[in-house]
Amino acid sequence: MTPALLIGGAVAATALLLAGAVLLPDWAMFLTTMALAKGLVSLGIVGMMRGGLVSFGQGLYYCIGAYVAAMISNGLGVSDIVLVTVLAVAVTGAVGAMFGPLLATYRGIFFAMLSLALSMVLYGTLAKIPAIGGTDGLNVASPTFLGWAPEGRALQTGLYLYVAAVVVIVGTVMRLHFDSERGLITLAVRENELRVEYLGASTRNAMAWNYVFAAMLGGFGGATAALALGHVDPEFAFWTTSGEFVFVAILAGWLSVPAVFVSSIILELVRSFSNLYFPNTWQIFLGGFLLAVIFLLPDGLGSLARNTLRRLRRGTKA
Amino acid sequence: MSGAILTASAVCKSFGAVTAASDVSVQVPEGAVYSLIGANGAGKTSFVNMVTGYVTPDTGSIRLRDREITGLTPREITRLGVHRSFQIPQLCNELTVLENMLVAQAIHGSHTPSFLKPGRSREAKDRARATLERFHVAEHADRLIPELSGGVKKLLDIAMAMAGETRIMLLDEPTSGVAADEKFPIMDLVIGALKEIGTTVIFVEHDMDVVTRYSERVLAFYAGRIIADDAPDEVLADPDVQKYVTGGAQ
Repeated sequence: MTPALLIGGAVAATALLLAGAVLLPDWAMFLTTMALAKGLVSLGIVGMMRGGLVSFGQGLYYCIGAYVAAMISNGLGVSDIVLVTVLAVAVTGAVGAMFGPLLATYRGIFFAMLSLALSMVLYGTLAKIPAIGGTDGLNVASPTFLGWAPEGRALQTGLYLYVAAVVVIVGTVMRLHFDSERGLITLAVRENELRVEYLGASTRNAMAWNYVFAAMLGGFGGATAALALGHVDPEFAFWTTSGEFVFVAILAGWLSVPAVFVSSIILELVRSFSNLYFPNTWQIFLGGFLLAVIFLLPDGLGSLARNTLRRLRRGTKA
Repeated sequence: MSGAILTASAVCKSFGAVTAASDVSVQVPEGAVYSLIGANGAGKTSFVNMVTGYVTPDTGSIRLRDREITGLTPREITRLGVHRSFQIPQLCNELTVLENMLVAQAIHGSHTPSFLKPGRSREAKDRARATLERFHVAEHADRLIPELSGGVKKLLDIAMAMAGETRIMLLDEPTSGVAADEKFPIMDLVIGALKEIGTTVIFVEHDMDVVTRYSERVLAFYAGRIIADDAPDEVLADPDVQKYVTGGAQ
């Protein structure tokens, strides 16, 4: 991607998200805040998907980030949103650095199942510790913004703008990373690990770094979701939560960063409206939608832009 | 031999009941072009695999100059300047020819590839195109790997291996799967490029015309042993080589 396109994309995303702060009604702003926060978790999965790995356990980092936010705001009285999220990211980054090098030696279903197992161990452990709420979880105090303690619509707008700013910054950095030398090597790892090793690069190292980045994004997503919801519980680490992140990653595909957030918003919208109109069967609609995307756009929604560009180029040549 | 860049001493390797290397000892001088011949299963590729770290010998030692490289990983050995190509080219099928070359450059360019430095910058692309032009495959730069002929795949495989500082290049059957009329042009190109930078070359080959034309010395393998080690004409005239390797073809 050219620098002009990258900057243009970031500016357009900023304008769109800023407009959302003014135009969105309360319910839609909350929904978008949650979708963007969860989209960051899925973006981490997309980073790993580019190297051929799919984690079914990102709920682990989503949950750790959320509990860190809850515990430092309740236990230590720290309420500043920047501090809370930075600490959550630091903790999940450290945990990711611990498990990353081990998990990065596994591939395919083994990697997926091991990552899932870790998240379920956390789920089981949290559910059995009454001191941190057990299955009921913990309430989370409202965040402050550099000393400012808003309430009502102002709080919701502040949260939304904070998450939106992080999405624009992290999205831009991740795009740069995907297009970097390491990003290119990650694509090669997915294609041919033997070649990469015989060129002198470590496939394990490449995937371990991608895992750590995904852990940090998971931590941020979890912390902001906890602050937005005002509550955390072990369900954050449950396998169905991890499954939703994978769903978004598959829906978006590995080509585009904005597609991840669009897909996350689609999921939240579908879930909200389906819950309203057909609460017991909405997963059927969601499954059908995913199947349609897989058949029609095997590289995900993100491939729409690429395919359109190719068609335009062909048209120009003809 | 004081000028030996690669020394294998009493190397042995078995896979169950199959002996891939039995007391193999070789000294390859710097800048030389060696070829390895032998029937299928004679131990040629096993030798290449042991030198490049894919397989660890059961006993014996392999040294690069004074450095013991036995037991090192392929990545560590590659970092020391020992590169290889493959009988079946190992390429990234969903990347273009240019992107394959960019991957090789990104890895060889630095011990720690950057997290943010563009992998597809104009400068990187220009360098990659220059290398592709040198190997006469630049016209295929934007094509995906499955669209290429066997010869172009071989050349790209070798070009990628040569993207870094190459002290020794091991070519595993560089002309297999290549059209008959492409064999000599490909070998002219590859051996010429490698000699130009003084790289030591060891190549596995079944075509005796290629062997006699390009190698200075030939190692003939049979049942994991080296049964002849001499100039091409001498080796091909050896009765054992004629019996076990060429079948009297020379």
